[in-house]
Amino acid sequence: MEVKNKVVEILAEQAVLEPSDVKMEMSLEDLGIDSLGLVESIFAIEEAFDISVPFNANDPQESDFDISSVARIVEGVEKLVAEQHP
Amino acid sequence: MKRVVITGAGTINALGQSVPATMEAMREGRCGIGPLEMRDSDRLAIKIGGQVKGFDPESVFNRQQIALYDRYTQFTLIAAEEAIRQSGLTFDGDLAARSGVVLGTSGGGLTTQDENYRAVYEEGKNRVHPFVVPKLMNNAACSHVSMQYNIKGPSFTVASACASSNHAMGQAFWFVRSGMAPVMVTGGSESMLCFGGIKAWEGLRVMSRDACRPFSATRNGMVQGEGAGIFVFEEYEHAKARGAEILAEVAGFAMSSDAADIVMPSKQGAARAMAGALSDAGIAREEVGYINAHGTGTAANDKTECAAVADVFGTHADDLMMSSTKSMHGHCIGGTGAVELLAVLMALRDGVIAPTIGYEEPDPECALDVVPNEAREARVDVALSNAFAFGGLNAVLALKRT
Repeated sequence: MEVKNKVVEILAEQAVLEPSDVKMEMSLEDLGIDSLGLVESIFAIEEAFDISVPFNANDPQESDFDISSVARIVEGVEKLVAEQHP
Repeated sequence: MKRVVITGAGTINALGQSVPATMEAMREGRCGIGPLEMRDSDRLAIKIGGQVKGFDPESVFNRQQIALYDRYTQFTLIAAEEAIRQSGLTFDGDLAARSGVVLGTSGGGLTTQDENYRAVYEEGKNRVHPFVVPKLMNNAACSHVSMQYNIKGPSFTVASACASSNHAMGQAFWFVRSGMAPVMVTGGSESMLCFGGIKAWEGLRVMSRDACRPFSATRNGMVQGEGAGIFVFEEYEHAKARGAEILAEVAGFAMSSDAADIVMPSKQGAARAMAGALSDAGIAREEVGYINAHGTGTAANDKTECAAVADVFGTHADDLMMSSTKSMHGHCIGGTGAVELLAVLMALRDGVIAPTIGYEEPDPECALDVVPNEAREARVDVALSNAFAFGGLNAVLALKRT
């Protein structure tokens, strides 16, 4: 829950929305976050959770990190936090 | 308008520390990209680059010079020495007064900045060497060339990220073509392969961890390089009168700005610069046999560049060759257009087209003849050199066989 709230907060700030307007099924496109905004969000996530997110802007689909929806991003961050801070 | 020819070329880069060595590596499709060797490299996420190795500044420069020359200036002076020696020119009298030096660099003395920030922030020192400012400034390399060779005319440095040296060579071309200068020393240099320089690029997440594979469906980003390319641009009659060897003619140049996005490239901006260079040179698009691509190996650049070429050249796009030598020497940022101009000279003069190495799988969005993996012999009369910078600043040169 803690991870989810923080990720939503980061994405909301990037999208210039209220956290309450960010829904779990939304895509980055729905949120109006472009490629540069995504790279900035991932940086903010890495800083907030002290983790390293495997993501290459050249092939987002093939990166291990699923960015297809807010829910997938939250799951990905939870998994990385568990792996990197066991 | 005067005609402009190239009468000297010099370089140092990951493929070689001279023009013949670099061209030989390009002909053989050799890769100059390898593990980065530097302090704290264990803290890097990106561990490869086109680094100049086996280069000992102390074998070339004395202690006083090294105290004043950042690595990017050292590269410039080594390349300038080769180019000016080949041209056979000595600058004195009126020739010295009217000739100039226009160079490109994106970051200037980044190694100097990196080392001295480290000294004050990490090591807590309260004092730095007195030459930090004259060493790091973006015009240091240009000024040292001017001083070393007594070149006293219009001289300055151009910074437009990855298009810096093409913009610089475009200015030099104009100076000679307009009759303002009989000779211009031009090109560019970059040494961004320092800890801070690589960290900055890591942040953008566009770097490949394994290889630069332009136009291949399997490409996964750019790889940084370093080095310099320096050329002597000379007015044709001036070169002819003294019996100088002419390497190629610079026939046209054009620039454009995408006015769109700070990192994403635009097909229209790239196409306008290529079409502009052809129109400036008075060359029909069907005459172009080779394009040295910007070809960074990122998803965005390569497909946009191929689409722009298709727009400009129509059906002729299928008949021309386009390769990216960044696959071999890496992306030399502000010096890259100058290092890559060597591939253009090799195509025009020697009829050898440098390959795009690391090519694994066709990408339907990059469906041009990218000269995959092996150099090719072909007669080329006209060639373009593309540079499309972050910030949407594009600069394209058109060269002709002489």
